[in-house]
Amino acid sequence: MLGINKECDDVYKILVKKELAPSVKLFEMEAPRIAKKAQPGQFVIVRLDEEGERIPLTIADFNREKGTVTIIFQEVGASTKEMGRLNEGDSLLDLVGPLGKETHIENFGTVVCVGGGIGIAPVYPIARGMKQAGNEVISIIGARNKDILILEEEMAAVSDQLHITTDDGSKGYQGFVTQPLQKLIDEGVKLALVVAIGPVVMMRSVAEVTRPYGIPTVVSLNPIMVDGTGMCGGCRVQVGDESRFACVDGPEFDAHKVDFAGLIARQRMYIPHEKNHEHHCANKQGGGCKCHSH
Amino acid sequence: MSLSLNKHKMPEQDPKVRAKNFDEVTLGYSHEDAVNEAKRCLSCKHAPCRQGCPVQVDIPAFIKHLKEGDADAAIATIKNVNSLPAVCGRVCPQEEQCEKHCVLAKKGEAVGIGRLERYAADYARNKGELVTPVDYAADAQKVAVVGSGPAGLTAAGDLAKLGYKVTVFEALHAPGGVLVYGIPEFRLPKEAVVKAEIDNLRKLGVDIVVNAVAGKTFTIDELMEEEGYEAVFIATGAGLPHFMGIPGENLNGVYAANEFLTRCNLMKAYKFPHSGTPIHVGKRVAVVGGGNVAMDAARTALRLGADQVYIVYRRSEEELPARLEEVHHAKEEGIEFQLLTNPVAVVGNEQGWVSALKCIRMELGEPDASGRRRPVEIPDSEFDLAVDTVVIAIGQGPNPLVQSTTKGLDTNKRGNIIADSETGATSKPGVFAGGDIVTGAATVILAMGAGKKAAAAIDQYLMAKRAETK
Repeated sequence: MLGINKECDDVYKILVKKELAPSVKLFEMEAPRIAKKAQPGQFVIVRLDEEGERIPLTIADFNREKGTVTIIFQEVGASTKEMGRLNEGDSLLDLVGPLGKETHIENFGTVVCVGGGIGIAPVYPIARGMKQAGNEVISIIGARNKDILILEEEMAAVSDQLHITTDDGSKGYQGFVTQPLQKLIDEGVKLALVVAIGPVVMMRSVAEVTRPYGIPTVVSLNPIMVDGTGMCGGCRVQVGDESRFACVDGPEFDAHKVDFAGLIARQRMYIPHEKNHEHHCANKQGGGCKCHSH
Repeated sequence: MSLSLNKHKMPEQDPKVRAKNFDEVTLGYSHEDAVNEAKRCLSCKHAPCRQGCPVQVDIPAFIKHLKEGDADAAIATIKNVNSLPAVCGRVCPQEEQCEKHCVLAKKGEAVGIGRLERYAADYARNKGELVTPVDYAADAQKVAVVGSGPAGLTAAGDLAKLGYKVTVFEALHAPGGVLVYGIPEFRLPKEAVVKAEIDNLRKLGVDIVVNAVAGKTFTIDELMEEEGYEAVFIATGAGLPHFMGIPGENLNGVYAANEFLTRCNLMKAYKFPHSGTPIHVGKRVAVVGGGNVAMDAARTALRLGADQVYIVYRRSEEELPARLEEVHHAKEEGIEFQLLTNPVAVVGNEQGWVSALKCIRMELGEPDASGRRRPVEIPDSEFDLAVDTVVIAIGQGPNPLVQSTTKGLDTNKRGNIIADSETGATSKPGVFAGGDIVTGAATVILAMGAGKKAAAAIDQYLMAKRAETK
């Protein structure tokens, strides 16, 4: 049974909450029908309350037996900060998925999985899937410093090699994820595929490293979206000479064809609004919001 | 007594006032207005109005009840066949349907059938409708409805009344489809009207499951093979926005109408930051297209605070596909129509934001396949329309999620599901389809008509199926 015959709408309960790093939280959610279908590379959309925005989050893990999906998020805006204040036993108002196309997983040979910052979360199930498919998995994970580096043990467990980089050198190599990747290429390791997920500038840098060698490279994009089912067109991104919808055609695309500059510009669209929203929510938190009156 | 050639006026918010708020534009008839308008009806025997109604409401009968001041009997008559009269009374293109055939329309204005339908529906809702839950048989057959827009809701209501256990699956977090994400609050109030209609369906015994994306969360095959649904009605609408394919469409500040309207209607961006979803409007907005969706987007932009809003349409006023009433309202509110004008590029600034819409003037040439005169470019007539936001409202196609994940479901070249126009039957046994997913983007009432026909056909199909197994 799919479990979709309930008399009322589902309850999306937080079963486990962990703080992986300051402002990075993990929720293991009760979501049997999504868990049944989820595949590496896919995402969900959550909503916290009646007037809340729809927040797309990549699926970091899923457990079909327990009927759970795991999401990991960074508290970057008003909505994710509010979400971070929820506890085990609380529920999200809405949780929908799995959305987007799954990662194409097969035995390619040697696959490099690159995760930057919060991007390590969606890379993890992909690395695991690649390992299970028989690939030699070399993972490179990076963060600004060791305190905000997540999923190190989990990534080690599914990788044949794990390279760690931090901007400040507090753990692993001092530098960026592109450096160990360049080193692997220079050493002559034959790379069949590179999967990179993280900040857009990181994904663009990875694409530039692999481009001269023609190494197939896949990135997972997280543009602004509303419905996540192909209806609004807000998540469109230029890939080669086509405009594609990240929510249904992606979220993964050929890194060498993505117009990263356009993506970066589009991601900035609501920055002034977000500040306004955060200000509003901060006031709401204090109990004395003045925004409602105007 | 001489009959007035004109409809009784329906009160409206003043254009200057309403252009700044999201409250409903038209305010509905009083009881007295409704009775007087009903009295304009000649009760002609052949009742040509009925042939114009896609769901065959018994128009002369309900108007007769209103003439006698009996709104309860009027609404009962309408509800026999139309489960969403408060919606239809507001958004149906009556001038193309029932009212077009009214005898009075030959000499003056037709009877205000839509306004009367709305009056009866609002009267019943305000009074508090009693919905009697369906008493299901222990062995009632299960039917799944995929999509909760006008086609899906209509089919669900009809099937429940026939005794089938109906579950409606909706991909978004709220049911209603285009009634909720597309048509603005100022034309169709969400809480007061749409939610009330959907609550009535729930009271009837229809289950509505939200956050369930057909083709992702579940497939049609799973519903039938694993979940025990004996028939499925697919009514997923026209959810895929078309773009123009001109340079600059990915600039910041360019929206598909679907996104612009969804942010405002479904996500309540007009309440931002009280709500969580922002929307960008700016001071000057160009809406490309001439249909109802374009009018909705333009009037929404005005209400969100734009100073100047243009409709950019490549043909002339005569060819505007929008309802006359919508064009009239838009003009009253100060929307400027740039007719015989076609966009050729969106121009951006250095930061990647829209700064202008580059357009070219058009003139009408020879008639094309649609019978309308084909617009052709006037050489060297390019000009820049300085705008901060561009909303593209040139139509929507079918979302492919269901078709691509359902075995044996045939589609046409455009990706629409192929279904019988009388029954909604598709190439897959037990699977029916109707509304915009079959016809391409059309009207609420045509989708409702398709939902009604499919419900009747599903009833036939399931009765035959049961007879076979006995």
